[in-house]
Amino acid sequence: MLTHEKIERSNFWMILLILIFVSVGGLVEIVPLFFQKSTTTPVNDLVKPYDALRLAGRDIYQREGCYLCHSQMVRPFRSETERYGHYSVAGEFVYDHPFQWGSKRTGPDLARVGGRYSDQWHRVHLLNPRDVVPESNMPAFYWLDRPLKKPTIGAEMAALRIVGVPYTDQEIADAPKALEGKTELDAMIAYLQGLGLALTQTR
Amino acid sequence: MDFNQTNDFVSSFWSLYVVVISLVSFIGCGVFLWMQGGVKHNPGQTTGHVWDETLAEYSNPLPNWWRWMFYITVVFALVYLALYPGLGTFNGKLGWTMRGQYDQEMKVADQKYAPIFNQFLKQDIMAVAADPKAKEMGQRLFLTYCAQCHGSDAKGAKGFPNLADNDWLWGGTPDRIKETITAGRNAVMTPKGTKPDMDAEQVQDVVNYVRSLSGLSSDSIRAQRGAELYPQACAACHGPDAKGNPDAGYPNLTDGVWLYGSRLETQVETVTHGRLNRMPAWGDFLGEAKVHLLTAYVWGLGGGMKPATAVADVAAPSSDELVRPESGAGQ
Repeated sequence: MLTHEKIERSNFWMILLILIFVSVGGLVEIVPLFFQKSTTTPVNDLVKPYDALRLAGRDIYQREGCYLCHSQMVRPFRSETERYGHYSVAGEFVYDHPFQWGSKRTGPDLARVGGRYSDQWHRVHLLNPRDVVPESNMPAFYWLDRPLKKPTIGAEMAALRIVGVPYTDQEIADAPKALEGKTELDAMIAYLQGLGLALTQTR
Repeated sequence: MDFNQTNDFVSSFWSLYVVVISLVSFIGCGVFLWMQGGVKHNPGQTTGHVWDETLAEYSNPLPNWWRWMFYITVVFALVYLALYPGLGTFNGKLGWTMRGQYDQEMKVADQKYAPIFNQFLKQDIMAVAADPKAKEMGQRLFLTYCAQCHGSDAKGAKGFPNLADNDWLWGGTPDRIKETITAGRNAVMTPKGTKPDMDAEQVQDVVNYVRSLSGLSSDSIRAQRGAELYPQACAACHGPDAKGNPDAGYPNLTDGVWLYGSRLETQVETVTHGRLNRMPAWGDFLGEAKVHLLTAYVWGLGGGMKPATAVADVAAPSSDELVRPESGAGQ
């Protein structure tokens, strides 16, 4: 018989029973998400795996810690959809490993920033935000205008393929070529301009 | 695919899985708690178990207030799961969905705000531009959606057109402005224009010639040589008289307005590498009523041109009457 005293005195029972209790929430709320169509399949044909340049841009996005100030998740409230566009849905992020939803908005949400500004604007704005938005408090990422060095791009795409991003052998083989002569800024802008295009035309 | 459907499990097993674990854990907690009520306690006595030399625990029963709170949370959870979605594919008795709540919020807002925005739709752009209330609304929209590029004073910046002057890259009539806002614009200047074999010297020549057209300082000998290159390199787009063509977005090179600045180095850069520029399309995002207001606001900034077949005789306000944004920082 498992008595209070027995559980309390036994590391094995204590650990086992605690594990069972704390895992209930995850088992019910997280595990089934891997077995739902809406969370595991692209919401429409516009959701595509990142091409090599965008993927490199995404890495820079993470390297520079953009997610610390920018979320990528439009919540289903009017106050958000009026400003950013259609609310985000799970099927838009199936190729994001890891996703960049974030939880902090010092700057605006970027989930639907694709196509919202011109490439030229992003160029100026990333190098020095004050040049276009005088009251901006975003740091200047002036060092981004340097050659993109990413010898690992093929390996990275191969790794993503293991977790379910359908890159073809051809795409992986062509990846280094796609990055030739590009700057980090080019990659970053390519990434930003592709964000959230799947649902912008629907409200 | 219908992304509003959020309990679309790949098999019915998962619904059952969620239901069983949820109910067993809730009810199990309640039953466990009830069982504890049957355990014998010796109030005032310790359990006999001593830790860390002197630490002991009283064998008192659970306080009633705590026990009942726990029962209430179990009941609350069951009631909640009966009313709201949570138990697998069971949608709850209330039929609540996040999407439904959002749609309701949008519906209420549309009822409230749509008439306010739509009231100007039937009016002519020039009439809207003359309406102070519409102007105020247009300005707020402008500061929200346009100021990031064109500036809060609409005077633009390098690469972003000034909207407050009377120089228009794509035409300044109400229809053209509306078209620009709705569908956006893509502008391409190819490197070295239509004469890709120009060398650096020739680029300098042609830039000097173009500078001479608007009275900018230029080297007259270079300008003379540039004048010979101009017809082949530039005239196809900017026209033989260099006055451009706003129908296709080809800038006028003679008016002294320079989108990228009037420095010689900048102009050489433009000709050498070409330019790509883009005005994003706002039609789908903002909807017709807001685009209408913005068109009127931009048209009324001072540079609006009358339509070719002008009906109403409403003059665009002069630029000194511009309403300046109060919070426009850094100007």
